Amino acid sequence: MNRIIKIIFLDILKNKIILAYTLILAILSWSSFGLEDNSAKGLLTILNIILFTVPLVSILFATIYLYNSAEFIELLLSQPIKRKKIWLSLFLGLSLAMVLAFFIGAGIPLLINAPDSVGIMMLVIGCLITLVFVALAFLSSILTRDKAKGIGIAIMGWLYFALLFDGIILYLLFQFSDYPIEKAMIVVTAFSPIDLARIQILLHLDVSAMMGYTGAIFKDFFGTSLGLLLSFSLLCLWIIIPFFISLIKFKNKDL
Amino acid sequence: MIEIKNIYKKFGKLEVLNDINLSFKKGECIALIGPNGCGKTTLIKSILGMVIPSKGDILFNEKSILKEFKYREQIGYMPQIGRYPDYMTVGQIIEMIKKIRNSNQVLDEDLVHAFELEKIVDKQMRTLSGGTTQKVSATLAFLFNPEVLILDEPTAGLDPLASEILKEKIIKEKEKGKLILITSHLLSELDDLITQIIYMQDGTVHFHQSIADLLESTNEQKISKAIAKILKNKSNEQNH
Repeated sequence: MNRIIKIIFLDILKNKIILAYTLILAILSWSSFGLEDNSAKGLLTILNIILFTVPLVSILFATIYLYNSAEFIELLLSQPIKRKKIWLSLFLGLSLAMVLAFFIGAGIPLLINAPDSVGIMMLVIGCLITLVFVALAFLSSILTRDKAKGIGIAIMGWLYFALLFDGIILYLLFQFSDYPIEKAMIVVTAFSPIDLARIQILLHLDVSAMMGYTGAIFKDFFGTSLGLLLSFSLLCLWIIIPFFISLIKFKNKDL
Repeated sequence: MIEIKNIYKKFGKLEVLNDINLSFKKGECIALIGPNGCGKTTLIKSILGMVIPSKGDILFNEKSILKEFKYREQIGYMPQIGRYPDYMTVGQIIEMIKKIRNSNQVLDEDLVHAFELEKIVDKQMRTLSGGTTQKVSATLAFLFNPEVLILDEPTAGLDPLASEILKEKIIKEKEKGKLILITSHLLSELDDLITQIIYMQDGTVHFHQSIADLLESTNEQKISKAIAKILKNKSNEQNH
């Protein structure tokens, strides 16, 4: 297993896109922390990076990488290696590279400028979000043989989680504002990894005071250690379930 | 050594393999022939576990290969069109496969020298011509001294010199008692290689005979003519 992960990991590190991604993350984080003495604005910038840039880059890069390694996968399949091992190694290699890029680009400035629970929380959530979207990339690339279609599915997935899902929630909130749906909203957030990350981070920032009644309900729930545990395990499920489905599909794929 | 039992494979509605039953033994050199799209490559890929049959079983040394992978250590496979990561060099590909196999067996580097791959170790795979890629594929297939060699159109795309080198290598391995499975369209090339022949059409096996039987029953000297005769007789029967 380690040998294949190493080959993939080194191959990705040679890729210039991943270097550019690290560099852009670093520039954004350092400059936003450098603008003011207060680290709050820097944290908000990194929050937006975690919620938009990280998912987009993770899912797109991973999907394209998987399509481009079709030949590599074919070559490995004719060798005495388990299919599960090939797929898992690809996942671990890609995840490791993406998490490393995030850690160097955004994690280090975070730890230096905001070395408290909020900073560490953001670092962990950023890593988890990276893994979630790499897993979703595995799912979207196994669904179709057509590269253009696969990348299309990946972009749609990102659009849905990053933008559309929020729109749908807002719509629901306004439509059912006469009803006590706050508790139901907590359940609904579990269906989007980005919202889970957003709420978890916002609750730890001072701005959570501005979230109103719903915010108070969220704080009641996600603010407790049980809620924290639950939202982290939900994020982990968002990694495991898509990857597991893709693994089953890969095991039965004809090449 | 390899037994194929009632294999069926469907791609969507298309039936590619239809109730195939075959068995191959050690020391045999078998040619798998038939028109384009008759299921040769699918059959080969089923043996390699790259295509998963819809029904049926394949036994390798009396053990089912479904959901297995270890048995592939004993197979060298040369694909029809070798596809390799574009930006890796020839040397890197060979090194990578060595690392992945991690075998402590003595490597068979005859073909590396015969094809003079040392001269192109630093070339990237995407810059290679089709024939040179085939040379790399052939080298990789023979590298680990496998018990079974599966060669899909081995000489297509190779220049006469290289294809002669490869043929000599195949004969050498055959004499060591290995099982060799070749698909090809060039029947004339197979004359001095093979001991058995399988003719496939529309996903079924038409006949599986030893060369001696085939030549005797048709009174011909050459494999190509013998097969042409059989096919002619068959089509005559169908017309009447």
